[in-house]
Amino acid sequence: MKIAVIKYNSGNVQSVLYALERLGVVAELTDDPEKIRAADKVIFPGQGEASTAMSYLKARKLDQLIKALKQPFLGVCLGLQLLCEHSEENDTECLGIFPVKVKRFIPENSQEFKVPHVGWNELENLAENPLLTDLPANPFVYYVHSFFAELSDYTIATSHYIHDFTAILHRDNYWAIQAHPEKSSVVGEKLLANFLSI
Amino acid sequence: MLTKRIIPCLDIKDGRTVKGVNFVQLRDAGDPVELAKIYSDEGADELVFLDITATVDKRKTLAELVTKVAKAINIPFTVGGGISTVEDVKVLLYAGADKISINSAAVNNPGVIDEMAREFGSQCIVVAIDTRNVDGLDFVHTHGGRKPTLLQTQAWAKEVADRGAGEILLTSMDHDGTKAGFANEILAEISSALSIPVIASGGAGTMVHFKDVFTFGKADAALAASIFHFKEISIPDLKRYLDGEGISVRK
Repeated sequence: MKIAVIKYNSGNVQSVLYALERLGVVAELTDDPEKIRAADKVIFPGQGEASTAMSYLKARKLDQLIKALKQPFLGVCLGLQLLCEHSEENDTECLGIFPVKVKRFIPENSQEFKVPHVGWNELENLAENPLLTDLPANPFVYYVHSFFAELSDYTIATSHYIHDFTAILHRDNYWAIQAHPEKSSVVGEKLLANFLSI
Repeated sequence: MLTKRIIPCLDIKDGRTVKGVNFVQLRDAGDPVELAKIYSDEGADELVFLDITATVDKRKTLAELVTKVAKAINIPFTVGGGISTVEDVKVLLYAGADKISINSAAVNNPGVIDEMAREFGSQCIVVAIDTRNVDGLDFVHTHGGRKPTLLQTQAWAKEVADRGAGEILLTSMDHDGTKAGFANEILAEISSALSIPVIASGGAGTMVHFKDVFTFGKADAALAASIFHFKEISIPDLKRYLDGEGISVRK
């Protein structure tokens, strides 16, 4: 099985490669369109700022490429946000795979709710979905983010911080996780393993 | 619900853990990777590696260690100690660290916080503050708490947050090593005043101290070293206790 991890100006890609390695999979970090098209699975990691990442993708026509892919595709963290329609982070038009808006967390009470949302939080309202099979009860995942995707028809799991937000999205061959599965202990490993067996 | 984090801290010198650790299951008591793996399997929420290596040429060892840790464990970890430039940060993040922490470098040159946050994002920049109470006022100290500065801790904490720190690691030098509890008063004051998470450090001795720091101290996370290394408190026991006390923890 060939796994491509999309290489772009995003931080912390290495952790995703190491997590895949722990699952016994060697992935290729690449921005070569041919290699990405030919891969069995594509992972789109992310950490950073939305508008910079989008400009980078557009300059290399990776935006068009991502939208045209047919194999199972997994966006992670900023990767999820970029697959949505629009992000409030510097008013950025995103890829639009999911007709969903990405908004900033606004705490009503900044003493109780700090932004970014950092740490371990539960996945809730899990739908029947191949990405979510055989997870433990109350699965905890590790989050670091200031922006979130609104709830939508494509939401297959939620988490709660200030309010409910989209934890995981799915539409056709695209899946996306807001948390960092590569840093989410056994739950994260299970999510990645589930994706690899889709 | 977002949970409170429990963070064991490992002191590293020349790529090895320094303080003696009392783990029977360790084959090599000085191997940070093996210890990190045990903590992560036991349910630690994050790890902090504090490098106390003195010489510059040994710092390459640290980057190599960071890569080994990143390959072996599946939870986030922070690396601190002697980091002063954007280049230092780049090396460690590329090696696989999730966050870095800076201390003296931020005091000496506060602009470096802005620079690092701009370059790598606030989420991976932790500013460590060592504080000591002097005649009723809290002052930032450097050099492991030995050298006083004229910075008042509360004002400095606000400044580092404004400059783009993602989290603050606050160590009370008055409490560190006492096992008499965390510095809940100043922790609560700083945590309430800021919109970024505060990690409490210094003074953990009992499980009750953790409950107190999460309630009275309003801390988002608590860090400790020796009580975990010497098995005075095990992480699973601590989490069971906190859960029973109504504090939300990852199980």
